[in-house]
Amino acid sequence: MGKFEEFDSVVVRFAGDSGDGMQLVGSQFTTTCAMMGDDVATLPDFPSEIRAPAGTVFGVSGYQVCFGNGGIFTPGDKVDVLVAMNPAALKTNLQLMKPKGLIIVNEDAFTARNLEKAGYTASPLEGDALADYRVCRVKMGQLTQKALEGSTLSPKQVDRCKNFAALGVTYALFHRSRDSTDKWLQKKFGAKPDLLEANVKAFEAGVSFGASGELFPTTYRIRKRTRSPEPGNYRQVTGNSAAALGLIAAARRANLPLFLGSYPITPATDILHELSKHRNIATIFQAEDEIAAAGATLGAAFGGSLAVTTTSGPGFSLKSEFINLAVMVELPMIVINVQRAGPSTGLPTKTEQSDLLQALWGRHGESPIAVIAASSPRDCFDATVEAARIALKYMTPVILLSDGYLGNGAEVWRVPALEDLPDLRVTKRTDPENFLPYGRDPETLARPWVVPGTPGLEHRIGGLEKADGTGTVSHDPENHEKMVRLRAEKIARIARDLPPTEVLGDPRSELLVLGWGSTQGVIRRAVENLNAQGTPVACAHLRHLNPLPSDLGTLLRKYKKVLIPENNMGQLWYRIRAEYLLDIERLNKVQGQPFRADEIEAKIKSMLSSGAQR
Amino acid sequence: MSGDSVKSEAKTVATGLAKKDFISQTDPRWCVGCGCYSVFNRLTGVFPTMGIPRENFAIISGIGCSSRLPYYASTYGFHTIHGRAPTVAMGLKLARPELSVWVISGDGDLLSIGGNHFIHLIRRNPDIKVILFNNQIYGLTKGQASPTTRAGTKTKTTPGGAFDAPMKPLSMAIAAGATFAARITDSDGEMMGEVLSAAAAHKGIAFVEVMMNCLMFNDGAFTPITDKAQRSENTIRLKHGEPLVFGANRDKGLRLNGFSPEVVAAAGARDLLVHDVSNPDSSLAYLLSQLDQAGEGRPVPLGIFRQVSAPVYSDVMGAVAMPDEAAIARTLRGNTSWTIGNDGGIRSSD
Repeated sequence: MGKFEEFDSVVVRFAGDSGDGMQLVGSQFTTTCAMMGDDVATLPDFPSEIRAPAGTVFGVSGYQVCFGNGGIFTPGDKVDVLVAMNPAALKTNLQLMKPKGLIIVNEDAFTARNLEKAGYTASPLEGDALADYRVCRVKMGQLTQKALEGSTLSPKQVDRCKNFAALGVTYALFHRSRDSTDKWLQKKFGAKPDLLEANVKAFEAGVSFGASGELFPTTYRIRKRTRSPEPGNYRQVTGNSAAALGLIAAARRANLPLFLGSYPITPATDILHELSKHRNIATIFQAEDEIAAAGATLGAAFGGSLAVTTTSGPGFSLKSEFINLAVMVELPMIVINVQRAGPSTGLPTKTEQSDLLQALWGRHGESPIAVIAASSPRDCFDATVEAARIALKYMTPVILLSDGYLGNGAEVWRVPALEDLPDLRVTKRTDPENFLPYGRDPETLARPWVVPGTPGLEHRIGGLEKADGTGTVSHDPENHEKMVRLRAEKIARIARDLPPTEVLGDPRSELLVLGWGSTQGVIRRAVENLNAQGTPVACAHLRHLNPLPSDLGTLLRKYKKVLIPENNMGQLWYRIRAEYLLDIERLNKVQGQPFRADEIEAKIKSMLSSGAQR
Repeated sequence: MSGDSVKSEAKTVATGLAKKDFISQTDPRWCVGCGCYSVFNRLTGVFPTMGIPRENFAIISGIGCSSRLPYYASTYGFHTIHGRAPTVAMGLKLARPELSVWVISGDGDLLSIGGNHFIHLIRRNPDIKVILFNNQIYGLTKGQASPTTRAGTKTKTTPGGAFDAPMKPLSMAIAAGATFAARITDSDGEMMGEVLSAAAAHKGIAFVEVMMNCLMFNDGAFTPITDKAQRSENTIRLKHGEPLVFGANRDKGLRLNGFSPEVVAAAGARDLLVHDVSNPDSSLAYLLSQLDQAGEGRPVPLGIFRQVSAPVYSDVMGAVAMPDEAAIARTLRGNTSWTIGNDGGIRSSD
C-alpha cells in the first residue's frame, strides 16, 4: 500500500436505507477500532419506522463513529469520511461533512429513480455539486455481485451483502484489522454456510478493492498513542447494555435477587433485551403495560428484591402513580428513564433531556425523590450502581435519567472488578423487639426493610398517609405535615453522602459551563478545545439532580458567568436559578440530536466577549 | 419450596394458628351489615387451615371499600393504588414464590381502572388468589355506576338509569383462561367457606366473584339470589359430577338447546347438564357464567365453575439464582473483550 497520513482522530459516518444494514456495519467498525486499542464514541441515528420506503430521505439510517488515540468524548461534530449507500443518504448527510472531506458513494444506487426519490433533479455526481469534497465512487452492488458469482443465493440476497463490501472498503482506507469482523461473521452465520460465504466474500472484495491503490491514493492511520490506557479488561458497551450490566453487578454487590419489570419502549428496550439474556440471574417480567411493569417492580421491592423498571418518556408518565406510591411506602426501587424527544410520542428514536422537571416534580402531592443522571454510555453502569446504592441506603425510589444518545451510543469500557464497586449489602429487619414499620435510622432517616415471610413483624403498608413511627393510617393534620417534612428531609440528607463537585478546565476561568447527563462529553470537548486555544473556561457536571450537591451554590458563586447547555428548553437552568437565585445563562438545543462542540464553543465565546456580568 | 403445595402441607404442618391470629388490632370501618364483614370472617377462618405460617401470607388490595381489608388482617398487607393490585401481587409472587398471595378488589377497582391487569393476571396463571367484591356500585366514592351496574339502575352519575351494558367478570375470567373460577354470595357463609378453601388449595390463579350487597348505595341488588324465600328458585348450586338441578323441590334442571342453557322439568329429563369443573374446554363454564342475573327465566349458577390444572407461571419462567462473583465478572466482560497489559499490549480475551 502506498502513501498514508496520520491522524489523532477521525469521524466516519455510514448512511443508507433502513434496510441496508448501516447500524450493523457501523457497530462492526466500532468494535474493530475498540479492539485495536482506539478510543471510540458513536451516534446511531435512525428513523422510528422499521423499513421506510427504500431510497427516500426519511428512510435514511446513519451510524457515526469517532475513533482516535485518546480524548474521544463525542461522536464528532463534523464528518471526515461519509459512506453514502444511495442518493438520499448523500442528500441528508452532506451538511454534516467537513470541507474537503471524503465521500464514498455507492455509484450503483445513483439511478434516475433513486435520484428522483431523493429529490435530486440532476445527479450530484455530475457537475460541481460536490466540488468542495473528495468523491470516491464505488459500485458496491456490482462489486458484490462479481464477488458472489455462482452463488446459490437469490439476486436480492446477494445485494443485501453489499454493506459488508462497503465495510471492507473502509477497513482498507483506515488500515483496520479484519479479525474481529471475521470472527463475528463466523459466529453469526456459522449455521448458514451459504450466507457466511457470501458475506465473507463481499467483505473480502471490499477490502481488496479498497487496498488496490486505485481507489484511495492516500490512506489513513491513527497516530500511535502517547499514553497507553490503564491496564485491565476492556469491552465495547452501549449505554443500555451498561445499565443492564450495572443492575446485575449492583444486585450481586447487594446480595439481593434482581427483578426487572418492564414494557417495550424505544429507546429503553435494549435494557430489557440485555437482561433477558440473563433470565437465570434476574427475574424478568414483561408486563402488560407500563403501569403494571412499575407495579410489579414495587411488589418485588416489597418482597425484598433489588427491583427495577425501565422506560422512556411516555412510559415514564404512566409510571408516576407507582413512583408516588413508592415514595409513600418508602421502598427501594429504581426507575430508569431513557429519555427521548417529547411531548407525547414525540420523536421516539431521537434524544432529548426534557424529562428532568418531570422526574423532579411530576407527581401529585409533596413527593420528593432522588434523581440522578448518567453522563456517557459507559457511565450508565456506574450511574446504575449509584442508583441502587441510594435506593437501598435511604429506602427510596430513585429515578435514573439516561437518554437515547447514551442508550444507543457505544464506547470502550474498562470493565471494573466487582470488589472495586461499593458494598451495597443491606440488613433487612428481622427483630420483632420494639418494631416500628416507620421507625427511622437516625442518620439516613431510612425506615426498616421488613419483607413478607419475616415472623412476628407482620404489618400493613399503603398509599394512605402514615402515622409517624407506627405507620398506621393517620389523618391527623400535624402528623401529615411532619411526614411531608420527614420524607423531604430524608432525600435532602443524601447530599451529605455525595462527593465534592469536580471542576475541569482552566483554573483561571471566570466562566463555568455546568451540565448534566449526556452533554458531559461535548461540554468537555468544547472546554478542552477552547483551553487549547488559550481561552480560559472550566466545566462541572452533575450526577445528582436531587438532592443537588451541597457545595454547588458556593462553587457557582465563584464564577462571574455560568452557562448551562441542555437538550431541552432550560430545565436544569430553571432549577438552578430557583435554588440559588443566580442569573445564569442557558444554551438550548431541541432537534433530537446532541450538541456539537462548536455550538457550545460559540456560545462560550460570545459570553466571554460580552461585557455584561451578572 | 412454594406456597403452591398448600393442600399436602395442611395435613402435615400444624401451625397452631387460629382465626383470631389473623385478625389485626385495627377495627374494621365498613358499614354495619356490609358483606365485606362476611368475606373477612370466612377468609380469616380459611387461613389457619392452610398450614401456612402467618408471616407467609400477603394480602394486596387496590382502592375502594373492599381494599381496606388488608388493614384488618394481621398478615403482611399492601393497600396499593386504584386498579393496580394485580400488578403488585404479580411482582411479589414472582419475587417470593413461597408466599400465599391474595388480591382483594372490588368491581370498580378490578374491572374498570384495573381491567387490563385483571385479564393479564388471569391469563398468566400465577399462583395468586383473587377475590372480587362485586356490589355493582362505587361505594367509597358514594354511589356512582360501576362496570357491573345493571342497566337501568339509578345512581348519582346515571340519574336516568345506567345505560352501559354491564360487564360479566366471571365470563371475562373464564375467557382469559382462569384455571379456577367461582361465584358466591355474601349471604351464604357455608358455601363461601367451601369455595375459599378450594381456591386456597388450587395451584394457579383462583378467581372468586362475591355477589355483595351494598346497603348504602345499591341495597337489594342481589335479593333474588340471596333471599331465603327466593334463592332456591333463582340460583343453581354447582356441584362437580352432579346434574344441574334446582328449585325448592329440585324439580327443574338445565340442559343445552343449541348453545343456550334452557330450563326444563327435571323429572324424566335425560339430557340435563352434568357439572364438570375439570373439563379442559371452558365453553360450558363460560355459558353458565353468562347467567348472572335472576329474573331472566334462568337461574344464576353459584359455586365453582372451573377448576383445572395447568402450568403455573413461576414454574414456566424457571429458576433464578444470583451466581457468584466470578460468574458475574464473566457476564460483565461479555462475549467480546480484550485485555490491555501493563506494557500497553492488547490481547483478545476470546
